[in-house]
Amino acid sequence: MSDASYFDESTTPKLPVAAPLDFIALLKPRVMSLVVFTALAGFLLAPTLPHPLLVFAALLAIAVGAGASGALNMWYDADIDAVMRRTRLRPIPAGRIDTDAALAFGVILSVLSVFTLGFVSNWLAAALLAFTIFFYVVIYTMWLKRLTPLNIVIGGAAGALPPIVGYAAATGDVSIASLMLFTIIFIWTPPHFWSLAILKLDEYGSVGLPMLPNVSGLRRTRLEILIYCVVLAPTGVGPWLLGFASWLYGVAAIGLGLGLLYLAAQLFFAQEDAAIQKAARQMFAFSIFYLFTLFLMLTIERVLSLMGLF
Amino acid sequence: MSDKGPKDEAQSSQQGIVLTPEQMRGRRARNIAIGLGVTFLAVLFYAVTIVRLGGAVANRSI
Repeated sequence: MSDASYFDESTTPKLPVAAPLDFIALLKPRVMSLVVFTALAGFLLAPTLPHPLLVFAALLAIAVGAGASGALNMWYDADIDAVMRRTRLRPIPAGRIDTDAALAFGVILSVLSVFTLGFVSNWLAAALLAFTIFFYVVIYTMWLKRLTPLNIVIGGAAGALPPIVGYAAATGDVSIASLMLFTIIFIWTPPHFWSLAILKLDEYGSVGLPMLPNVSGLRRTRLEILIYCVVLAPTGVGPWLLGFASWLYGVAAIGLGLGLLYLAAQLFFAQEDAAIQKAARQMFAFSIFYLFTLFLMLTIERVLSLMGLF
Repeated sequence: MSDKGPKDEAQSSQQGIVLTPEQMRGRRARNIAIGLGVTFLAVLFYAVTIVRLGGAVANRSI
């Protein structure tokens, strides 16, 4: 037996070395920021806003709820995260946080976020947040993700719910306007992730995830992306047509929608492998720009409107 | 065969699990983070309570 360790390796409990930053990484901060952004857009649809501190606390609760979902996702997917190059440096596969700690962290934050939102806003918003966490963790992560190539189509509902949660937190209600924002994100999600899936075809294949390109092939995936973009382009104009965004937003949505259609068509008609990869990369990057710009315009318009400047 | 004498082994078993410096640093950082988090939540809940009580507290004339 060596002097360095008194306890036998096999019987010594594994003690954590995780720093707070590792737990923050478990929350998927980039996803959290997107959730806060879309939830804020939903918040701002409300005719009148609550006190700024209540808005801040509600957005914080929604962000923590989204982070808790991310932690539970990483807990459940630790086995495949360890294999994929894109995810193998995450805290659990890297060995900095053990799975039990991640599970406890995710569950505690889930409960805390839901009850905090109920306390600072209302229980409809809290119930919607609880449903979002449940949908992402149980329906998407545990059930659909490894079962069907439609995983991202149905699971995308979880990522689309934050504007509805935000609006409900502000008003205690669900409106056509918040449902419109839900619809935009819901239709946007599949082409966005399928573009990524084309780029990461081998990685998803190596862990057996049934992403659409792995199951149905590149041709079918590119067709589906094109079809979804044909639906998404006019849907993105919806907020203007429904009267809760200005013509400026409408013009931007039409222009961005045409750009999206162009890239989707370019991806569909690409022949060589290198061209498909390049087009998928452009499609993936532009889809982020598309959604970000639409929601940024909505947010700026509503803020200026609330200030009486627009 | 252990290099430790009976006295050393008795002392080690009384100490229990000895943390490595890295584990000590991690634990200290986590404890500080939890402390700050709980303090922040306490202040936030207090402030939210005051705001939710409304005009009688937050908007009173002083």
